[in-house]
Amino acid sequence: MSDLDQQHPLELDAPRFRVRKPQLRVDKQGALDDAARVTAALGGFVRDFSRATAAHMEACVHCGQCAQACHFYVTTRDPKYTPIWKLEPFKQAYSRQAGPFAWLFRTLNLKPEVTIEELEEWQELIYDSCTMCGRCTMICPMGIDIAGLVGLARHGMFQAGLVPHELWAVAERAKREGSPLGATAKVLKERIEWLADDHDVEIPLDRPHADVIVTLSSIEIMKYPQSIVAMAKVLNHAKASWTLRSEGYEATNFGMLSGNAEWQRESSMKMIQAAIACGAKTLVLPECGHAYGALRWQGANMYGKPLPFRVLHISEFLAENIRNGSIRLKQLGTSLTFHDPCQISRRGGATQAPREIIAALGAELREMPSTGDLNWCCGGGGGVVTIHRADDLRYRAFEIKMRQVEDTGAETLATSCANCRQTFDDGQAHFHWDKKMASLLELVADNLAV
Amino acid sequence: MDLLSFARGPALWASLAILLAGTVWRLWGIFRLAAKEDFSEPRSTRLIAGAWRAIVGGMIPKDEFRNSTTLATSNAYLYHVGLAVIVFGYLPHVYFIERLTGLSWPPLPAAVAYMAVAVTFVSLLIALMYRLTDPVLRLISSFDDYFSWFIVFLPLATGMAAINPPFPSGAAPQTPLAPVPVALHLLSVELLLIWLPFGKLAHSFLVFISRGMTGAECARKGART
Ligand code: SF4
Ligand code: SF4
Repeated sequence: MSDLDQQHPLELDAPRFRVRKPQLRVDKQGALDDAARVTAALGGFVRDFSRATAAHMEACVHCGQCAQACHFYVTTRDPKYTPIWKLEPFKQAYSRQAGPFAWLFRTLNLKPEVTIEELEEWQELIYDSCTMCGRCTMICPMGIDIAGLVGLARHGMFQAGLVPHELWAVAERAKREGSPLGATAKVLKERIEWLADDHDVEIPLDRPHADVIVTLSSIEIMKYPQSIVAMAKVLNHAKASWTLRSEGYEATNFGMLSGNAEWQRESSMKMIQAAIACGAKTLVLPECGHAYGALRWQGANMYGKPLPFRVLHISEFLAENIRNGSIRLKQLGTSLTFHDPCQISRRGGATQAPREIIAALGAELREMPSTGDLNWCCGGGGGVVTIHRADDLRYRAFEIKMRQVEDTGAETLATSCANCRQTFDDGQAHFHWDKKMASLLELVADNLAV
Repeated sequence: MDLLSFARGPALWASLAILLAGTVWRLWGIFRLAAKEDFSEPRSTRLIAGAWRAIVGGMIPKDEFRNSTTLATSNAYLYHVGLAVIVFGYLPHVYFIERLTGLSWPPLPAAVAYMAVAVTFVSLLIALMYRLTDPVLRLISSFDDYFSWFIVFLPLATGMAAINPPFPSGAAPQTPLAPVPVALHLLSVELLLIWLPFGKLAHSFLVFISRGMTGAECARKGART
């Protein structure tokens, strides 16, 4: 165990995975001095700047509308949670040092220099209060991708060593052990053995060749192992030639969430190489939102060329196999409401897949008022659920979701993201709410027609 | 050289030159950066269509946000449309543009233009009031926001002062009946042209780029904009 594990041990029995509450209000890593941190933060921010990011940095008209789309502002009415404000020091530094009129801003001192105090203050805004859900982009009259910019700001914050400890610790552990939650290859193998035994289901691991390679989220491995069984059941039912591979099974990407681009790449490359090694034509991602963003939309860019296989979220895989008749389902006959994981629907474009599945299950879909690509985030995405001091804020945001779910009056509540699911489980415990979040994959697995 | 000749001559050309150079420079700030090559398998390749959908669709607020944004959006509509009516529909402006570019079109009735002035005037004041009183807007507003507001309001105010005595209809005289107010009005417009590319008024051209890029990205992913 590293020092870090002792300082911030994982609380495996807690309602959600997390490390013990750190005492510091503003967290710092490494030994950089203040000036070096400020320089590193800006350097990391602009390093991956593209034409589109520059356009978004330039375009804001300060209309304030984005506040109305953000669950953290709407539930607190605190102006500091206005989405674009979360980027203020980065905008300031951009104008002064990188924008087209940087020389003018510097000479006339139109924008003051960013200070370490500001960056420390903004740690909460860049991490605790942004789930990178992208809802603000939908309201912004200029179409600014604030979530994308927050992602770049996190690159800067990581370089500066200004990441909330819990998120940093989880990312560091993922880098060191291959899993943020201790689901190492050895742990996975043991789990698979007992799950296969207990449930009498075949779960292939390390087959040399397969058409489909399946990946998992650590949250499933450690907290929702029945998801692995469900995954195996549906793939076996569809008679797929498939396997898990111990050199590349972990689909979560805490390098991406914390802001370490190199760690992000390493995580993605493991899965990519595993897929290539077994000659897979399709890589199936688990019920995890950010894993979809990381591999489906960013994976090929990490690889540097198009991937030699398709990447599908499990809901897309299910919808496709239901469509072609490989998966046949019994009728569920209940009413159901679906919580869209932001990274799969709004930011991923796979909004219709779960709806096809729900229709095939014969469930009466009761949509929440703002749904699909305009859904409200559960409040726990973007790594926020790992951050202790964000709990109160997150619970407030969660209240929107609870109200929406209640208003539908649906009997069943389902989603297709294990991170949303643990956020719901935690919210359920906190509010003593009587609704339980179900997994769409598990609903399918439980209702396969024999 | 009297004030009017200055406003119609060197000041006008200088301001147009600055407008052009500033716009080019600002756009260069964006386009000098490489567009990131995206190797992910696109769900759709109709990126241009996606960009246009976002540009045009962005003008219509989404139902989901109607409750929270109707007031601010309607007001923004009022002064945007109002300004367009005044600039392109008021007879003296049509003459002015014709002198400058050779292009002309039939003006709107004076009454419509005066109505637009009144609506825009009130609407801009409401916008300023929002900015000064709404906690979110107060927090995020900078010098640019207030200065840009002033720079837009100024031509409206000087223009109103130049309305009297009434402009004789029929032909465009070389010398207006009240040269000084007209000169001041022209100078205030020139100030706007000079400031436009440097501050937030640049959204008049940045809106196409920013919305378009998001629209293309969403089309690629098969997501809605
Ligand atoms: S991405 Fe989501 S959480 Fe972040 S500022 Fe925008 S609306 Fe708020
Ligand atoms: S909605 Fe868009 S333009 Fe308006 S303040 Fe927010 S980011 Fe800026």
